[in-house]
Amino acid sequence: MSEDPKDITRRETLQTVGRSVLLIAIGVAGGVGGISTLQNVRREMKLKGTKKEGRYPGSPWYSMAIDIEKCIGCGRCVQACSEENDVPPGHYRTWIERYAIMKDGSVSITSPNGGINGFENDIDEDKVERAFFVPKLCNHCDDSPCTQVCPVGATFETKEGVVIVDYDWCIGCRYCIQSCPYGSRFWNPKRNTADKCTLCYHRIKKGEQPACAEVCPTGARLFGDLSDDASPLAKFVRENATMTMKPNLMTGAKVQYKGLSKEVV
Amino acid sequence: MHYLLPFASGQYVFPNEKELQWSVLIVLYPFLTGLVAGAFILASLVRVFDAKPVAPTYRLALLTALAFLICAPIPLVTHLGHMERSFQIMITPHLTSAMAIFGFVYLWYLMAVLLLEIWFDFRADIVAKSETTKGLLKLFYNILTLGVKDVSPKALDFDDKAGRFLTIIGIPSAVLLHGYVGFIFGSLKSNPWWSSVLMPIIFLLSAIVSGIALVMLIFIVTTKVRKQVQNVPCLDAIARYLMFALIFDLALESLDVVHRIYEAGEWVDIFGLLTSGYLFWTILGLQFFLGGIVPLAMIAFTRAIWPPASVRGAMYTAASAFVLVGVFAMRWNVVIGGQLFSKSLKGLTTYRLGLVEYEGVLGVIGLLILPIVILYLLVKLLPPWVQGHHVERAEKPST
Repeated sequence: MSEDPKDITRRETLQTVGRSVLLIAIGVAGGVGGISTLQNVRREMKLKGTKKEGRYPGSPWYSMAIDIEKCIGCGRCVQACSEENDVPPGHYRTWIERYAIMKDGSVSITSPNGGINGFENDIDEDKVERAFFVPKLCNHCDDSPCTQVCPVGATFETKEGVVIVDYDWCIGCRYCIQSCPYGSRFWNPKRNTADKCTLCYHRIKKGEQPACAEVCPTGARLFGDLSDDASPLAKFVRENATMTMKPNLMTGAKVQYKGLSKEVV
Repeated sequence: MHYLLPFASGQYVFPNEKELQWSVLIVLYPFLTGLVAGAFILASLVRVFDAKPVAPTYRLALLTALAFLICAPIPLVTHLGHMERSFQIMITPHLTSAMAIFGFVYLWYLMAVLLLEIWFDFRADIVAKSETTKGLLKLFYNILTLGVKDVSPKALDFDDKAGRFLTIIGIPSAVLLHGYVGFIFGSLKSNPWWSSVLMPIIFLLSAIVSGIALVMLIFIVTTKVRKQVQNVPCLDAIARYLMFALIFDLALESLDVVHRIYEAGEWVDIFGLLTSGYLFWTILGLQFFLGGIVPLAMIAFTRAIWPPASVRGAMYTAASAFVLVGVFAMRWNVVIGGQLFSKSLKGLTTYRLGLVEYEGVLGVIGLLILPIVILYLLVKLLPPWVQGHHVERAEKPST
């Protein structure tokens, strides 16, 4: 039977098919394995991003923590930021929101001029259940949607985890402003480009504090290196229950808030 | 009852969101590319799907697509903060950005699909023109022939095959060109008004609807201007396609609305405020009623009672004009509507459309007239009224 050339052909065919199937299976398994390994590596790196090491080992992983209970809404941070970074009036790299939870359950949220001049005591105290201030700034996201959508790569993440804009390369399409879920980006009419908080990159590179953190009279803003266990920021994040803004959006927001209330938008 | 009374104590808009980022120019961009994609798909019905009754519009549809495609990037580029840097999107495209592929999709569609297809289709005419004209025009047509003056049956046969092949490539390209525009909006998780997987499909279907309506309208108007008798059987056939496209488009847009209302996510209050206020007339009045239900009813009614040809023609004219208004309103509702609420989802912003300013009404009208002017020139240079040889040959009884 094996002498029949047709039979041999059939056997050969079967063998070829079998080998092909095996090869394809190995290929698929390898591909799936490779992708999942890559994903695991990425996930691990992300964990590192918020815990020990940044994405770039050896480099600091800068961020900020906000202690909401300490903020008194004086607006000095907004002023300092505006002066330090020549922020055009009406635009804000950082701002303060005041939340007043009323006894009837309603919530009043205000931020007059970004809180640059502080807040007036304009709410009837008898009607307020509780009130607090929330300083906002760019969250310097680990998976920042703004960096993702920039068509020319003009906005990018530095190895220290700071998201900044190259004003000389930005074409001014404003897609990044649309993609930021936090309203942290704005249009700079002087530069005709997108603009945002840089964590005062020019200062922190010299070992100084960002302007907002430096002037805060109550220490509500804590700037530091998340990758350094000994840093006050890492200690603060370790020892307190903190939360990031809109975590459901998976942006990898790095700015940590202590005492974040559910009313905060 | 709501756990939080969202707007009981006034609204809250993030301080950086007091102004809109994308103006009416960015409304025009998806409108124009939609017309291109739609016109091309109508043309492809003739070429690939052999829709003979609409064959008289084939060449006009191609030229219309070209005229509007030439104008499509103008609102985009003029809206940039740094127009002089626009080329960077080609030399340093950031590959994770949906917007970065614009230049490539655009050039692919313009150079590899549309211009080539038009060239193959009009080649015999160009060669003929290069022999009958004089002076500069002769030089122009000579350049357009690209040195190929062979009009033997074999060469024409090749033109036909190449054109057909290009159309087959062109359909997915047109889908890509416009589906991708929808993706630019639909892929932003920051904005619940835009963030939807349906967005590219809705953009595409409304593009098809608007493109068919535009070609039909231009076909009617040009026939009138040329003092020819309206080709009503052809219009009947286009209207039939328009009706089907409208049904799909309306169904999907309604699905989107119903889905959002039923799902009632965190944005439900702010969307309710938006759609019952600023966007009420442009969504319900223009997009759904005038631009959707009315033309659909008109075409369906016309098909049902089949009035005299002149009445049918008039009905189609009005229906296609309404469709164009409706699709423009749809682009407006997406682009402007998506920026009228704060990402705090707790407050509305406003948009004031100026008349004579840089990005105002007159600019928009200008940008809508420009493609018509370009189309006029194209039609003068490459008259589309005589059907291409491939259609003529297809209509010859086979021996």
